Amino acid sequence: MLLAALLVAIALSSVAAEVSPSLFWAKIGNFTGYFGRLLHLDSGALVFSDPVEWFWGIGRWLRLLGETLVMAYVGTVLGAIGAFFLAFLAAANVTPNRWLSMAVRRFCEFCRTVPGLVFALMFVIAFGLGPMAGVLAVAIHSLGTLGKLFSEVVENIDMKPVEGVSSTGAPWHVAMRFGALPQVSSSFVSYALLRFEINVRESAVLGFVGAGGIGMDLFEAIRKFYYSDVSAILVMIVVTVALIDILTGMIRHRLIDLVEKH
Amino acid sequence: MLRLDGVVKQFGAKRAVDGISLGVPSGQFVGVIGQSGSGKSTLLRMINRLGDPTGGVIRFGDVDVTALKGRALRQWRARCAMIFQQFNLAGRLDVLTNVLMGRAFHAPAWRAVLKLWTDEEKAMGLSALESLDIARLAGQRADTLSGGQQQRVAIARALIQEPEIILADEPIASLDPRNTQVVMDALQHINRHFGITVICNLHSLDLARKYCDRLVGLAAGRLVFDGAPAALTDHVARDLYGLESADVIGPASAPGFVPGAQPGLALAGS
Ligand SMILES: Nc1ncnc2c1ncn2[C@@H]1O[C@H](COP(=O)(O)OP(=O)(O)OP(=O)(O)O)[C@@H](O)[C@H]1O
Ligand SMILES: [Mg+2]
Repeated sequence: MLLAALLVAIALSSVAAEVSPSLFWAKIGNFTGYFGRLLHLDSGALVFSDPVEWFWGIGRWLRLLGETLVMAYVGTVLGAIGAFFLAFLAAANVTPNRWLSMAVRRFCEFCRTVPGLVFALMFVIAFGLGPMAGVLAVAIHSLGTLGKLFSEVVENIDMKPVEGVSSTGAPWHVAMRFGALPQVSSSFVSYALLRFEINVRESAVLGFVGAGGIGMDLFEAIRKFYYSDVSAILVMIVVTVALIDILTGMIRHRLIDLVEKH
Repeated sequence: MLRLDGVVKQFGAKRAVDGISLGVPSGQFVGVIGQSGSGKSTLLRMINRLGDPTGGVIRFGDVDVTALKGRALRQWRARCAMIFQQFNLAGRLDVLTNVLMGRAFHAPAWRAVLKLWTDEEKAMGLSALESLDIARLAGQRADTLSGGQQQRVAIARALIQEPEIILADEPIASLDPRNTQVVMDALQHINRHFGITVICNLHSLDLARKYCDRLVGLAAGRLVFDGAPAALTDHVARDLYGLESADVIGPASAPGFVPGAQPGLALAGS
């Protein structure tokens, strides 16, 4: 079964996408060669032999990495806030209006289907080079994905508390606030933190189109064949992403405790 | 006076409520009885407008309840409080916050959303809890309470709505006998001392006979009995409940038991 699936995939890719196994074998040497060069300094020495030389640009790179993190953070927060409000409008079980729900769903779909890089490119053209374009791209993409996830969480709630609050004559948003929100807040926090982890990775790439952050320097290093710079920046990104994953894992439970009490 | 006139509720091909006409004078304690699936819950939910009727008219005084929308509809809901079989509290929130939902129509929405209740509102909630003997639980999470306590929280929520009618949908169906009595006594007290109309769906005929001024019997969505509890003889009840009558009326009425044993003890004795 698995083997059949693999064979079909290979056949399809070579026909449709001009991906040919023979080309892959012929050129794989180039890739491993490139990989080897990443590990050598201009002088020819292995990068590990002279870390100071390898990370010569650490000050600038740390600043750009910080910019990437801020882009991811601000973009996630903006997207999550938007998704928070849209989720209750979109969820079929609580929506105040069926048509509004449909419109919001389509909108979220659009926001998450258009790749983040495309949004980033459009915003760079509109607002110029820099992190502003990156923040907007991250925010819109997060709005789309979190909007869908959040509304699915809302669709799975127990409706009895919502009916209980509504039956007193409370307006819709009060019924959401007290009937629905306590049931969904911890899932919302979990999804938003997960999205933040993903967004850190995505933001690192947004610089490729000039939308701010470490990606700009990474792209330049790749294009200009500054081999050891590429590996230095990649190492910094990997370490940062790992640290973020550990950190969000640590604060997740505290954050959930905090929101559940309100 | 609450008036139902030819009220119908259609779910797809099924008529859950099939042309019910009924007048309920203010201050009455009405029991609605009938088999499972006879349309009791559907009827009560339509009065509160949690469900919209597909036909007929519901009036309260000169208000056409079926035509209400927006704020006027919410005002109506505030005037006719609802109590549910499963309590329908927000389990993760504390008891007092749950009770204060009863003021959510009257207080400005922004204040409610931010939980900025006035001292007066809090005092109202606490005294409602106090009158039901559970004020000491005010700060506890609602889902840590026993069923009987939760239902009393729901009654306190209904009380601070300052309603004219309380609709109770099998309020004691998930409670033990002792809590059943506590909750039914509370409803009776509210009815007698504040003159609030109570319409209560019940499964047990003993309770219906004990607490209600008037009984209304439904079968397959139609009104088949309307009269004083005394008029509901075992014979009528058997017609009303069909196969379920053994459960409802008591073991003595079921075949195979000693004739002449006391009927009507399904719940009271347990
Ligand atoms: N949302 C719904 N969709 C479709 N059918 C429904 C819905 N709600 C109720 N019904 C049907 O309407 C009929 C009446 O249901 P209802 O809940 O009012 O009965 P009930 O008298 O309250 O019964 P019980 O004593 O079991 O609570 C039932 O046949 C039920 O299957
Ligand atoms: Mg019912």
